[in-house]
Amino acid sequence: MTQVKVYNFMGIRRLAVGLSVTLLVISAISLATQGLRLGLDFTGGTQVEVGYSAPADVEVLRAQLEGAGFNNPVVVHFGSDRDVLIRLQGKPEEGLSDQVYAALQGEGTAVELRRVDFVGPQIGEELREDGGLGMLAALIVVMFYVAIRFQLKFAIGAVLALAHDVMITLGFFSLMRLEFDLTVLAATLAVVGYSLNDTIVVSDRIRENFRKIRNMSPIDVINESLSQTLWRTINTSLTTMLVLLSLFFLGGELIHNFAIALMVGVGVGTYSSIYVAATVMLTMDIQREDLLVPEKGELVDDLP
Amino acid sequence: MPNKFPLWKNLVIILVVAFGFVYAAPNLYPPDPAVQLSGQSGAMLIDEAILDKAAAALDQAGIGHFGGIADGETALLRLGDIAEQLRAKEVIQAEMGGEYIVALNLAPTTPERLRSVGAVPMKLGLDLRGGVHFLLEVDLNAALVTRLQGDLEDLKAALRKERVRYRNFALIDKQIVGQFRDAEQVAKAEGLVRQNFPELQPQSIPGQNPLSLTLALSAAASGTLEDNAIKQNLTSLRNRVNELGVSEPIVSRQGKNRIVVELPGIQDTAEAKRIIGKTANLEFRLEARSQIGELFKFRDPSSQGVDARLESRAIITGENVTNARASFDENGRPQVNISLDSKGGWAMGHATRDNIGNRLGVLFIEYKTRLEKSLDEIGNLQLMPVPYVEKHIISLATVQAQLGKQFRITGAGTQRESSELALLLRAGALAAPMYIVEERTIGPSLGAENIQLGIKSVSIGLLAVLLFMLVIYRLFGLFANLALATNLLLLVGIMSLIGATLTLPGIAGIVLTVGMAVDANVLIFSRIREELAAGLSPQAAIGAGYDRAFVSILDANITTLIVALILYAIGSGPVQGFAVTLSIGILTSMFTSIVLTRGVVNAVYGGRKIDRLWI
Repeated sequence: MTQVKVYNFMGIRRLAVGLSVTLLVISAISLATQGLRLGLDFTGGTQVEVGYSAPADVEVLRAQLEGAGFNNPVVVHFGSDRDVLIRLQGKPEEGLSDQVYAALQGEGTAVELRRVDFVGPQIGEELREDGGLGMLAALIVVMFYVAIRFQLKFAIGAVLALAHDVMITLGFFSLMRLEFDLTVLAATLAVVGYSLNDTIVVSDRIRENFRKIRNMSPIDVINESLSQTLWRTINTSLTTMLVLLSLFFLGGELIHNFAIALMVGVGVGTYSSIYVAATVMLTMDIQREDLLVPEKGELVDDLP
Repeated sequence: MPNKFPLWKNLVIILVVAFGFVYAAPNLYPPDPAVQLSGQSGAMLIDEAILDKAAAALDQAGIGHFGGIADGETALLRLGDIAEQLRAKEVIQAEMGGEYIVALNLAPTTPERLRSVGAVPMKLGLDLRGGVHFLLEVDLNAALVTRLQGDLEDLKAALRKERVRYRNFALIDKQIVGQFRDAEQVAKAEGLVRQNFPELQPQSIPGQNPLSLTLALSAAASGTLEDNAIKQNLTSLRNRVNELGVSEPIVSRQGKNRIVVELPGIQDTAEAKRIIGKTANLEFRLEARSQIGELFKFRDPSSQGVDARLESRAIITGENVTNARASFDENGRPQVNISLDSKGGWAMGHATRDNIGNRLGVLFIEYKTRLEKSLDEIGNLQLMPVPYVEKHIISLATVQAQLGKQFRITGAGTQRESSELALLLRAGALAAPMYIVEERTIGPSLGAENIQLGIKSVSIGLLAVLLFMLVIYRLFGLFANLALATNLLLLVGIMSLIGATLTLPGIAGIVLTVGMAVDANVLIFSRIREELAAGLSPQAAIGAGYDRAFVSILDANITTLIVALILYAIGSGPVQGFAVTLSIGILTSMFTSIVLTRGVVNAVYGGRKIDRLWI
């Protein structure tokens, strides 16, 4: 019945389980031990971005700021060696930016104040809570939707695949010590959306094939379905990756981490839509009967 | 006939695309950098003469300008070069003097025929045009305590008047608690409260001393109080922001107790904070006649001495002050005219009736933050912002007559001092104190850079996807590309029409939509290829491809939409911008990738016999 080359995806599912478990364990350990490097949005504090016309030495700047009476300023390059990000504790009381400006101007080099951010501690705390809560809400609502539109085993598969993707994306950020800010949180939620998209398309095909094909083992049906959707999965991931690469290289420093989160998420999401959701369904022993539309007036032979 | 759309479907497609063109078009006209001139008070006439004066000043400074207009309230001068905007502002300010507010602006250049159908360019977020963003938190708790303190004093007075005897009445943790000597007095007091103070509800607490009475503000009353507090704060913030003369400021409520203030184009953050950030309140109190009152220092010790003792009860607070203006009396001496709301006027009349000849003080209350050192769990030194309150007397004047809704403070010194007093009175006209909990300043060059980067990444990303689709799906790739371009057009058009603000994360959302929008077409085309491979005729394959892929696309998009909505619900500013673009993008892409491409495919292939598809 098929003209598409069928790959035995599920044949190596034990290997895939091993890979996923390894990645999840690494992510969990990293998140538990060193956590995420939370950005200003979540920690609260003050952050000043300045631009120089010539490359600036952060050590010199730190010394200048400490000389001006700032406590433990964190000074790093931001994007290029001419842009510098300074993080200070506390609130920009009257004219803090002016003080920073004055402290940095020392050597007569032209310095431009590009951005000043202050976030109060209560905002950061709320964001952390809301972010986690939003993620949870998204997973629950999606699970309900999929359970209603498809079937509970699909829903569990889809949600586990999503949790898998989010966990690994977070783990990547924790492991690489990349800053996790509000845009990265948005990206992580977008990963949920994207990965879901992928999983739904695959699930849709699995459902269709289960209904259409008789006399085939669930493994074969799933392999068949995954093979049929393989090119679509790859092509969509590629187009998304293309624009993400464009964002990564051209979008500027502010959405650099946003692009990274999505690239990791889309990569993992593509893999998980092939392996995680389907493997979970097989583990729960998905059968053709789970997906048949109950027919009315069917005669049941209930004689012993 | 297979694969033919009825005429109405084709018309709908054409109409929608035309709509996209018209409403996205204004974004093609970049706004001119401009300088806007307005008067300190609304009564000043800004006419051609003033415009000419400002224009002459620019000419003299060698700054190119054009298209100046004056409409009586404001004047606008467009500049040739954005780099000269700041200098132009300084030149005009120096020429016109302090009576005028000069603000930076971006003047739209949308042609008249587009404006006539309501097509406007997208609003740019602060991260794209530079400016200041404040998030203020209204301290509703403080508003509640102030209210209860007033109620407590009124209640005590009423009890005394009715000769109900109590041992003690005090405010404990947002509840008014009274102690009595016998049960009869408790019952009398409770009856009085029920009759005269319907908003105070007696609380029954198990195990409570039967000789005490606990009162709390009813849920409805405290809800109203909170709502009013936020509304009053919004109003006075709007007034203050207007004093800054910013074009297109945003002052809006966020959540239960927060207010967002966005001031695009503001460069002088110190000035903005002086007016916005100086969260303040007022209390009008009589001077204490004995040693019981509280001692306060004068804000400006040179005027009336170092300190004075005021009664501990406020007659009215800033909440009741509706306006304060500096002017001159009949003899040309500076004075400050104060207007109160009706409740304030009544309270003021009541309090001053028996106090003619006594002095009335105005307390200016500022809510500030200082950094305090503390140790966290692992013993690291941390600096935590700790809010504190500063109260100073700004005026202490003798009451000459019973005061009402309108009265004036004379003898406030020089004209400069009376203007300062009026400004402070207006600044303090707030129902509840506010604290700045978030502040973001984006320099104008960073904003311009972000736009550049945004446009560049969108166009390169788009180009890459277009090429990819063309290579993989050939003619059908071209159809998908047409859909993608239209999708972008519709997305921009709808965002412009509903007045959504474009932010940098919003641009990222657009880029992501571009990447994901082709997914639907990839799905459909893959399906058509499959059906062809399965031996269907080209016409049947097209129909089957679209039909079978539709369910997948719908499910996938609805779930993504759910995620986008949740993102909008939990997020603030930038994240919401991202969620909005993503949601609109999902909806428009469903239209373009399913309906539009089908229309084009039908137009090309429909209704005739074909041997093969170029897919």
